[in-house]
Amino acid sequence: MATAVTTDPMLPQPYLVQSISKETPDTFTLMLAPEEGANGTSFQPGQFSMLWVFGVGELPISISGNPSEHKHLVYTVRSVGQATNALVTQSVGAGVGVRGPFGTGWPVDAARGRDVIVVAGGIGLAPLRPVIYEVLRHREDYGRLVVLYGARSPHDLLYRQELAAWARQRETQVLVTVDYGGMSWRGHVGVVTTLFKYARLKPSQSVAMVCGPEIMMRFVARELISHGLSRNDVYLSMERNMKCAVGFCGHCQYGPHFICKDGPVFPYEQMRPLLEKYEL
Amino acid sequence: MVAESVLATRETSWSEAVSQEVHAILLASELERLIAVLVRKGYAVVGPTVRDGAIVYDRLESVEDLPAGWTDEQAPGHYRLKRRDDEARFGYVVGPQSWKKYLHPADVRLWSAERQGGTFRILNNETKPKAPQAFLGVRACELAAIAAQDRVLLEDKYHDPIYGARRADAFLIAVQCTQSAATCFCRSMETGPGVANGADLVLTELLGPKGHRFLVRPGSDRGAEVLTEVHTSSATDADLHEAEAGVEKAASQQVRSIDTNGIKELLYRNFDHPRWDNVAARCLTCANCTMVCPTCFCTTVEDASDVTGDHAERWRRWDSCFTQSFSYIHGGSVRTSSKARYRQWMTHKLAAWIDQFGSSGCVGCGRCITWCPVGIDITEEVRALREGESHGKP
Amino acid sequence: MESLERIIAEHPFFAGLESYYTGLLVGCAANVRFHPGTYIFKEGEEANEFYLIRSGKVALELFAPQHKPIVVETLEDGDILGWSWLLPPYLWKFHAHATQDTRAISLDGKCLRAKCEQNHDLGYEVLKRFAQIMERRLEATRMQLLDVYAVR
Repeated sequence: MATAVTTDPMLPQPYLVQSISKETPDTFTLMLAPEEGANGTSFQPGQFSMLWVFGVGELPISISGNPSEHKHLVYTVRSVGQATNALVTQSVGAGVGVRGPFGTGWPVDAARGRDVIVVAGGIGLAPLRPVIYEVLRHREDYGRLVVLYGARSPHDLLYRQELAAWARQRETQVLVTVDYGGMSWRGHVGVVTTLFKYARLKPSQSVAMVCGPEIMMRFVARELISHGLSRNDVYLSMERNMKCAVGFCGHCQYGPHFICKDGPVFPYEQMRPLLEKYEL
Repeated sequence: MVAESVLATRETSWSEAVSQEVHAILLASELERLIAVLVRKGYAVVGPTVRDGAIVYDRLESVEDLPAGWTDEQAPGHYRLKRRDDEARFGYVVGPQSWKKYLHPADVRLWSAERQGGTFRILNNETKPKAPQAFLGVRACELAAIAAQDRVLLEDKYHDPIYGARRADAFLIAVQCTQSAATCFCRSMETGPGVANGADLVLTELLGPKGHRFLVRPGSDRGAEVLTEVHTSSATDADLHEAEAGVEKAASQQVRSIDTNGIKELLYRNFDHPRWDNVAARCLTCANCTMVCPTCFCTTVEDASDVTGDHAERWRRWDSCFTQSFSYIHGGSVRTSSKARYRQWMTHKLAAWIDQFGSSGCVGCGRCITWCPVGIDITEEVRALREGESHGKP
Repeated sequence: MESLERIIAEHPFFAGLESYYTGLLVGCAANVRFHPGTYIFKEGEEANEFYLIRSGKVALELFAPQHKPIVVETLEDGDILGWSWLLPPYLWKFHAHATQDTRAISLDGKCLRAKCEQNHDLGYEVLKRFAQIMERRLEATRMQLLDVYAVR
């Protein structure tokens, strides 16, 4: 499916806020729709948009909605600073500038006919949710779906009801863990790599897609390889400072790669020599 | 037939067309008319002029603005203007500025926007300058730098309309170097000192016994068209030889070089070389090198609004990978040490650029060496990496 | 009802162990079951056995003043619970709290310890396997310490 960048990639298009829902104390999901009469937008799972708040600033945010739904764009945003806070405190009906979608997507096509392993850490589940939607929508085209998700604490878990719903799908295993359990948590406690031993994997026929803090991705990728996956079947979503999202400002370079246009999704094979390099 | 050896090695159909028939002689006194023709055609003529103790690029109103009789003495961390004993108009090498000042401007307002109810409207701003520009005095290394920026800003996944508009309209008059500075190394980077293609007109200044004149050849149709409107006479073999000798002299004067064999792999595999600590102890991360480098293209985007909050603007400004905030993501910068930032710049320039755009990002102009306040020499750093590799020493 | 011998022999943790040693282990093994809420062992108690969890969930807990118990890790099917029986002072460092109905095989650590002292080859095989578990737990714990999801 080709990505439609229907308008000038340098100009923000006004999208109106349809809803903002709270996922966790600091994380919110925004649903945006293009203004009356404007074209709907399609995107590939893993792509991101540059979201602009009038006069405040612009940020790269992964699209976390359903790729088969063309009327809206959905984003899950963690409020960590001035610009993200401005974004999540917009009123319904306010205009937010959208540029994009940009970047390379997850290999949902290459994964057809194979098992899909989704490993997410923290907010990393947001850019992976479109993959889960895609796999569940075309269930026959894929083998088993394994979702391994780790967050800091039970308060920080995203999409709790959806996680439960996904777990009920056939040939689907959803395992969730937290770093800090708290009092009433009855689930698993430990970093996300500790979930691997409970996952039913068939490594030789699996494609893994990983997103989370870079340290977590490094450990998870190693774990996946030690379980027998090929380095070309493990994909990571990388992150660096982004200003233009079109490969001109130079900020997002990671080794020879521009994360905005050569990524953010990369096969682990390409990333492995770079991940070890301190201050690259 | 002009000897190929002093020309840059890129082969195109234009180098086939370079022949005696195409060359002509333009008297120094005709230069004024050339400028006038360009002005009449609507060009804003930009070229070298003396200001603040340097030869910079600025609007030229007449030939009088050219740095006649001036030359530049360059060394690591050193730049001085000296008087020549002739009145050569282009008897210098390169100054602190490059043509990116005009093609990839340092401050551009991308667009402005205004509030409308709860939403906003973008007022798309004109990306073109008011008049097309003619660059007088483009060196071979600078043509290579423009070609490098073409690849970055026009020929990759996206197209920068600001650069594109300025570039398409720009009329380039190259002037071949007949001398090199101590900091030049275009020869080893295979970007000069002779000009092959990429310019609309190619001049070589001749100060021989036949008087002050320029050997000129067109490099494009519109260059040829402009030539028909100035007074030229035919060039003789002697003229061609004098020009060739001048360019050859420039080539032979170069004392610096980079051995580009396997340079990409050299830099990639020496990420942890102790030499980086050595240069980090000297580097001030002042970003001068990125400002003077003709191929550096990094920019940042700044959003601003007025006091009422109803009007917002987005500006694009030059940025440098040497700044602390360049690599900032939530929580902190990735490259906090000066070592990491110097290494990033040099590795990008000489190695990653090749993977990204198919050729080196360095054109051998030597500006980074001249304008580094502590005189860090990129050619010396490459040599140190190679030698340190084989001897295991920093 | 699977035989204890088969379960132990086929468990990845004991893979490669000579059948003589597996036989020894079986000799000290028993099926056990813990109802939800049971403390399998408590911090400070003598550590004389270890467990191979077959099903259920066990939370490793630490108590600190003014805190309710902090769960530092949870173990489930196939995990090995406990190594403090192997090294002096042979005392448990955590509480092990069965938070679900948990079935496990308990192995007589005290007995095994004595046998390791007599037979150093067996001792080496056992220590090698536990060292691996400890290494993985250490790595995971260090990652937990990094608090990678926190906002800086």
